[in-house]
Amino acid sequence: MHTTDIKNPDYFHKVVDCQWACPAHTPVPEYIRMIAAGRYADAYMVNWYSNVFPGILGRTCDRPCEPACRRGRVEEDNLEKPEPVAICRLKRVAADHKGDISARLPKIETVKNGKRIACIGGGPASLTVARDLVPLGYQLTIFDQDPKAGGFMRTQVPRFRLPEEVIDEEVGYILDLDVEFIGGRRIDSLKAILAEGYDAVFIGCGAPRGRDLEIPGRQEAAGQIHIGIDWLSSVSFGHIEKVGKRVIVLGGGNTAMDCCRSARRLGGDDVKVIVRSGFEEMKASPWEKEDAQHEGIPIINCHVPKSFTHENGKLTGMMFEKVHAKYDDNGRRTLVPTGEPDIFFGCDEVLIAVGQENSFPWIERDVGLEFDKWGLPVLNETSLQSTIPQVFFGGDAAFGPKNIIWAVAHGHEAAISIDQFLNGESLDTRPAPHLNLISQKMGIHEWSYDNDISNESRNIVPWAAAEKTLKSIKIEVELGFDAQTALKETQRCLNCDVQTVFKAPLCIECDGCVDICPMDCITFTENGEEAELRTRLTAPALVASQDLYVADGLRTGRVMVKDEDVCLHCGLCAERCPTGAWDMQKFLLDMAHAEPARRLTNSRRNAA
Amino acid sequence: MTYLAKPRLHHPSLPHNALGYTRRDYEGRISTLCAGCGHDSISAAIIQACWELDIEPHRVAKLSGIGCSSKTPDYFLGNSHGFNTVHGRMPSVLTGANLANRALLYLGVSGDGDSASIGLGQFAHVMRRGVNMVYILENNGVYGLTKGQFSATADKGSASKKGVANADSPIDTASLALLMGATFVARSFSGDKGQLVPMIKAAIGHQGAAFIDVVSPCLAFNNHPGSTKSYDYVRDHNEAVNFLDIIEGRPEITTDYAAGTSVDVVQHDGTIIRLRKAAADYDATDKVSAMNYIQKHHALGEVVTGLLYIDNQSTDIHANLNTVATPLNALTEKELCPGSAALAKLNASLR
Ligand SMILES: Cc1cc2nc3c(=O)[nH]c(=O)nc-3n(C[C@H](O)[C@H](O)[C@H](O)COP(=O)(O)OP(=O)(O)OC[C@H]3O[C@@H](n4cnc5c(N)ncnc54)[C@H](O)[C@@H]3O)c2cc1C
Ligand SMILES: Cc1ncc(C[n+]2csc(CCOP(=O)(O)OP(=O)(O)O)c2C)c(N)n1
Ligand code: SF4
Ligand code: SF4
Ligand code: SF4
Ligand SMILES: [Mg+2]
Repeated sequence: MHTTDIKNPDYFHKVVDCQWACPAHTPVPEYIRMIAAGRYADAYMVNWYSNVFPGILGRTCDRPCEPACRRGRVEEDNLEKPEPVAICRLKRVAADHKGDISARLPKIETVKNGKRIACIGGGPASLTVARDLVPLGYQLTIFDQDPKAGGFMRTQVPRFRLPEEVIDEEVGYILDLDVEFIGGRRIDSLKAILAEGYDAVFIGCGAPRGRDLEIPGRQEAAGQIHIGIDWLSSVSFGHIEKVGKRVIVLGGGNTAMDCCRSARRLGGDDVKVIVRSGFEEMKASPWEKEDAQHEGIPIINCHVPKSFTHENGKLTGMMFEKVHAKYDDNGRRTLVPTGEPDIFFGCDEVLIAVGQENSFPWIERDVGLEFDKWGLPVLNETSLQSTIPQVFFGGDAAFGPKNIIWAVAHGHEAAISIDQFLNGESLDTRPAPHLNLISQKMGIHEWSYDNDISNESRNIVPWAAAEKTLKSIKIEVELGFDAQTALKETQRCLNCDVQTVFKAPLCIECDGCVDICPMDCITFTENGEEAELRTRLTAPALVASQDLYVADGLRTGRVMVKDEDVCLHCGLCAERCPTGAWDMQKFLLDMAHAEPARRLTNSRRNAA
Repeated sequence: MTYLAKPRLHHPSLPHNALGYTRRDYEGRISTLCAGCGHDSISAAIIQACWELDIEPHRVAKLSGIGCSSKTPDYFLGNSHGFNTVHGRMPSVLTGANLANRALLYLGVSGDGDSASIGLGQFAHVMRRGVNMVYILENNGVYGLTKGQFSATADKGSASKKGVANADSPIDTASLALLMGATFVARSFSGDKGQLVPMIKAAIGHQGAAFIDVVSPCLAFNNHPGSTKSYDYVRDHNEAVNFLDIIEGRPEITTDYAAGTSVDVVQHDGTIIRLRKAAADYDATDKVSAMNYIQKHHALGEVVTGLLYIDNQSTDIHANLNTVATPLNALTEKELCPGSAALAKLNASLR
C-alpha cells in the first residue's frame, strides 16, 4: 500500500466518524468537550454555525452521526448493549443550558450590497440560505404559504417532540438578522417571481404532497380517511383537535410514527400502525418505533391493505392480505401472499402515511427549467444550480424528501453558490474547508484533552410521565439530560478528532505502542496489497470502510500500519513512545460557508 | 510509562483461548518502566505465549530479583503467584518453591545485573541442579534501575552513554548456562516477537532448566551508538541459527521444507518444536559445537540468536533427588510421620 497522505483533509475527517457522517459536518467531539467543560454557550455556537438549528435538531435530528459513531463499535464484545454516544441529545443539552447568546449572533449588516434574493418556502433550507447570505449584505425575501416560518419543522413535526418556543427562538435568530419574511403568500408562478427581477431565486418548497392509496372504498369513505401529512399540519394549526377512538395508521416511516402518536393524544384509545413490510425494513428510525410502542401502539407488519370497508358512506374498517418477504439473488425484495384468508381490522379513522412526493404545480413547464423523469429538477449536484442559472434548489425540493440536517447542508452549499454566482466566480471550485491540526501535548503524561476512557453505557434520556404526556399533544415527552447526566454522557465520547499522527523517521521500532494499545490497532510488518495486508495485522482489520494508516521510511524496511477502526484515541501509544514518533493532534475541520460565517468560525478557532 | 490504567475495552474480535480467556486476561498492572523499554516487549511476549498455551494463571509462579527487569512480573499474569525476592537471590527462592510444590510452572525473571553480577553464584547452581523452570534474563548490559552502570554482560570496548569504554570482559550467560548444565538454552531479542514467543512456549514445554537470554535494550541508558545492546546494533548483528514453530498435539504439516532444512524435536509434553535452520551447519543438540559456535560468532561481534541447545532426554531436580510424584507441600502428616514401626524398620536397615 502507498503511504497515507494525511495532508488530504478527508483522511482525518473520516476518522471523526460522526463529523464525516453529518451532512453539515458538525465538529461533534469539539462541542462535546465544551459541554463537558460546562461551556454550553460555546458548544451551542459551534453547532449554530454548522447546523443552524441546534435546539430543534437536538430533539428531532435523524442523527446519521450516531450509527456511524465509533463508540458503538468499540463497545462490541465489551459492554452488554453496544451503543453510540447520545450525540443528538447532547446537542440539546447545549441548547437547553446555553443562557442568552444574543450577543454572539452576527450583527445586522447595515451596508447592503444591493443584490436581492427570493426564497420560495420558509423551511430549514431557505432559512439557512438566508442566515448565510444576509450578513454579507444581501437582501433576502422568504415567501411561504403558511403564516409563520419554519416549514415542516413547524407544520409537521408534532409539538410533543418539538415545542413551538424552540422553533420560534431559532427561526427568530435568523429572521432578526433583517430577513424579510412574507407569510401567508403562496407563490403560483415562477415566471412571475423571475419577472420581479431578483438577482437569484432559491427554491426550498419541500416535498409537500402525501401519497394516496387508491384501493376500493377510498372514495366512498373519504370522510374518515386522511392523508397523513395534511392531517398533521391541520393538527399543528389547531384545525383538528379530535380523532375517532379506533385509528389505523398505514405506513412504516417517521410520518406514520408521528401520526399514530398524535392520534393517541387526540382521543385515539385503540391506535395501530399497519405496515406492508417486515418490522426491520420499516423506514422509521429505530427510536421512533420504540417510542410508539412505548406508548402502547402495536405495529402490525407484513399486512398489505386491500380495501376500505364502509356502511352508508361511513368507514367501518379495513381488509388486509398477509404476506411475507422473499428476496431474489440480487437481494431485491418481493412481498408474497402467505395464502391465509384476508384479515379485517375495524376502525373509525384511517391515516395514510405511505410516502411523500415532490410536486411543483407552480413552476411553469415552459419557463426553461428542466425536470428529470421522476419530476425532480435537473441540478448540478454540488452547486445545486438548476438549468436556469440564477435559480437554485435545496432541501426536500432538490432530491426528494430527506430531513432537516440535509436541508441545512443544502442551504449552506446553495448560499456559497449564490454568492459565487453573484460575484461572477465559477461555481465549480468549492471553497476548501478550514483545517487545523494542533498537538495536544502539555507534558509527559498530560494532554489538553481528557484521554481517560469511560466504561459507561449510554445514558437514557428521561421522559415525562406517560399519563401526563398522552393527555395533551403539546406536552414534550423527552425531558433532556440534566447537567450531571450530560457530563457522564460526554465522557463516553472518544475524542476521535484527536488524531494519532505518526512520524516514521523518529520511530526506533521498539514495539512499545504495539504492546500498550488496548485495541490492537498498530502493526509493524512487511508491506503488501491492502486486502492481504488487512488479514495479517495485530487484529484483523474487519471494517473495510475504515482506512488503514500506512507509513514507510522505517529502518527495518517494514511499514507501520494502523487500523483506524476501533482506535480509542486514548493516547497511550503516544505516551509509550520513547521518541515522540506518535503524537496526539487535534484535527479541527470547519466546512466553508458563505462569508462572513467563515470569518466568524475563524475567530472561534483561536481558542482551539 | 503512563499514569492511566490501560482501558479495559479490547478489540471486538479479540479471540478467546480454550479456557475462555482473552490475551488481555493475562495482562498485569500497567508498566512503570521507561517508554520504549525492551522489558515491556518481553512481558508482552510472555502474555502471548501463556495465552496461546491455555495456561491456567493460578498454576504459574513468577519469581524475580531486583532491577527494572525484576519488576516486570507485576506487569504480566496479574492473576498468578508472584515473589519479588532479594537482589540476585531469585534462583534459591525458586528452587525452594519448586521443591515444595513441583506442580506449578516456574517463571524466573531476572536482569543481567541480578544474574551475572550479584547473583552469579545462584545462577550457576540453579542451572547445575536442573530446576524445572523457565529462566528469562532480560539483558540490557546495564543496571537500569540504578541509572545505567555497566553490568557484567556489557561487551568489552562497548561505550557508556557518556562515551566511556568498558574495560572488563563480558560474561556470556548463554555460554555459562550451557557449561553449568542447563538443558534448554536460547537467545532472542525483545524486538523480535516472531522469534521470542515460540521460544518461550518451547521453554515452558521443556522439562528441566530452560534458560533464555533476551537482549532487551535499555532506552534510557544503553541505546546509543557504541552500545552493543541497542535496537540498532542488535538488528544489524543478529545471526539467527534457527527459527522455531511449536506444534501442539498431532503434527500437522503446514509448510514443506527442503530436506535437511528443518528438524523436529519432541518435548516431554508431546509438543513438537520444529526448528527451521538458518545456519545450515548448526546442530542444536550438540552442546560442544554449540559452545564453539557461540564463542566464534561473538568474537565477530555478532549476536547469535535462536534455540542454541536442547537436550530432549533431560531430567530435573525432582528426578535427580528421587522425590515422590505428589508435591511435597501436599503430603500430610500421615505420609510424613509413618509411625514408630516404620522408624524402627529404617533404623534397622542402617545398622
Ligand atoms: C411528519 C413528518 C415528520 C418529520 N420529522 C422529522 C424529524 O423528526 N427530523 C427531521 O430531520 N426531519 C423530519 N421530517 C422531514 C423534514 O421536515 C423535512 O425534510 C425538512 O423540513 C425539509 O426542509 P425544506 O426546507 O426542504 O422544506 P420544508 O420544511 O418542507 O418547507 C417548505 C415550505 O415551503 C412552503 N411552500 C411549498 N410550496 C410553496 C409555494 N408554492 N409557495 C409558498 N410556500 C410554499 C411549504 O408550506 C413549507 O412551509 C419530517 C417530515 C414529516 C412529513
Ligand atoms: C543487595 C543489593 N545490592 C544492590 C542493590 C542496588 N541495585 C538495585 S537494581 C541493581 C541492578 C539491576 O540491574 P539488572 O538486574 O540488570 O536490572 P535492570 O534494571 O537493568 O533491568 C542494583 C545494583 C540492591 N537493590 N540490593
Ligand atoms: S466517540 Fe465521540 S468523536 Fe468518536 S464518533 Fe462517537 S461521538 Fe464522534
Ligand atoms: S490512541 Fe493509540 S493506544 Fe489508544 S487505541 Fe488508538 S492507537 Fe491504540
Ligand atoms: S513506541 Fe514509538 S518508537 Fe516505539 S515502535 Fe511505537 S512509534 Fe516506534
Ligand atoms: Mg540490566
